[in-house]
Amino acid sequence: MKPYKAVVIGSSAGGLNALKVLFGGLDEHFSLPVIIVQHISPNAENYLIHILNEFSKLKVKEADEKEMPGTGMAYLAPPNYHLLIEPDCTFTLTIGERVNYARPSIDVLFETAAEAYKDQLIGIILTGANSDGSKGLKKIRDFGGLTLVQDPETAEVDSMPRAAIQADAADRILSLEEIAVLLNGISSGGVD
Amino acid sequence: MNKNQNDTLENQDIEIRLLVEAIYQKYGYDFRNYSQAHVKRRILNRFNLSGMKNIAEMIHEALTNTKFVDLILMDLSITVTEMFRDPVFYRELREEIMPLLRNYPFIKIWHAGCSSGEEVYSMAILLKEEGLYERAQIYATDFNPVIIKQAKDGVYPLNRMKEFTLNYMKAGGKNSLSDYYTIHYDSARLLDVLKKNIVFATHNLVTDGVFAEVNLVVCRNVLIYFNRQLQDKVIKLFVDSLPGGGILCLGSKESLQFSSHYSEFNPLLPQEKIYIRKVTL
Repeated sequence: MKPYKAVVIGSSAGGLNALKVLFGGLDEHFSLPVIIVQHISPNAENYLIHILNEFSKLKVKEADEKEMPGTGMAYLAPPNYHLLIEPDCTFTLTIGERVNYARPSIDVLFETAAEAYKDQLIGIILTGANSDGSKGLKKIRDFGGLTLVQDPETAEVDSMPRAAIQADAADRILSLEEIAVLLNGISSGGVD
Repeated sequence: MNKNQNDTLENQDIEIRLLVEAIYQKYGYDFRNYSQAHVKRRILNRFNLSGMKNIAEMIHEALTNTKFVDLILMDLSITVTEMFRDPVFYRELREEIMPLLRNYPFIKIWHAGCSSGEEVYSMAILLKEEGLYERAQIYATDFNPVIIKQAKDGVYPLNRMKEFTLNYMKAGGKNSLSDYYTIHYDSARLLDVLKKNIVFATHNLVTDGVFAEVNLVVCRNVLIYFNRQLQDKVIKLFVDSLPGGGILCLGSKESLQFSSHYSEFNPLLPQEKIYIRKVTL
């Protein structure tokens, strides 16, 4: 088994409910940092953090620039900023052009995370109404990371998972509950 | 990840470092302490548009073709901005900072890394509405001469004005934003009365020094592109530009907290990343 070092998640329309279920299912001692891009309106107050903290045993916070992701933590990209992972695995925030009409963009996080963590990364695409994240997830897979896609049949909006599957980016296609079980197993040193 | 992929990645990173070094040695623009992930994305984006075989080919092109270098400089410039970007910041500026500036007989402001000028004109409008413009001098600087020219022109696509107007209103604007521009076909041109007390100039935060003592420094969403070492160097530049009581405004995701010069400032409105320089005896 590879010693995974981080989990990156991309979600869009319907993401709040999906993240609630997924985070609700993660163990208290889940050991990998979780880094999330949820598409969100540029001026949104970060209410998502408050909600997820209620449902999560991990501590959820907004990603700060230059921060090093740590155990027991989940990080959300701030509204209107791209979140990039540096080669030393710290966070960079930028206000560059939108990618796939989105800022933050899932592809930007996934592509930079793939280069930083190489095959020690788990990438997950959840519900959404566009195709952001497909390219990034494919790159994670190409680099030998583990890639999971929410089963489109179970997604609130199925375009984003379907796009990821079509891009040949998925190692496993699972429900939210199954994803949580798999992640818990990997975290506790079980089989992946 | 297999050895081939690892090699490709490693080689690409080396070539990008060499390209950045070449641009520095030949033209003096120093991106060596910028965020690596950001620089790589922008360079690869240019590479994909260029049709070249590899990054090494870009190095030769950059050394021999200044037009190509201009493109790369533009890629590495921060061109995404808005008038009254982060309206709450401008509201705080109006309500909390303008009363402090009012005490000075003459107000000098440095807008560092001003890009195409949207936020500079926002400041000018704020000063006008608070009755302070006539005794203010704004220095607006950016490293990129092409962008400084755009800032000086103060002409923006008309279709952006709706968004800017919304920001202006949320920021507590006292009039109508359309009072400050004229329309020419599909462009909005900011009025000359706003430009009167603004000096636009090229200045490179990475390689240039202090050029004036000012009461207020605005540098928003620039430091996030720099590594810690370079952030510290630039903050030192601001320390040396601000006398005691001078004010520093950073972007909403930028903080002084981790800087070695943090002790030179007191947080004034930390939520909005507004700091005040300590008075030294």
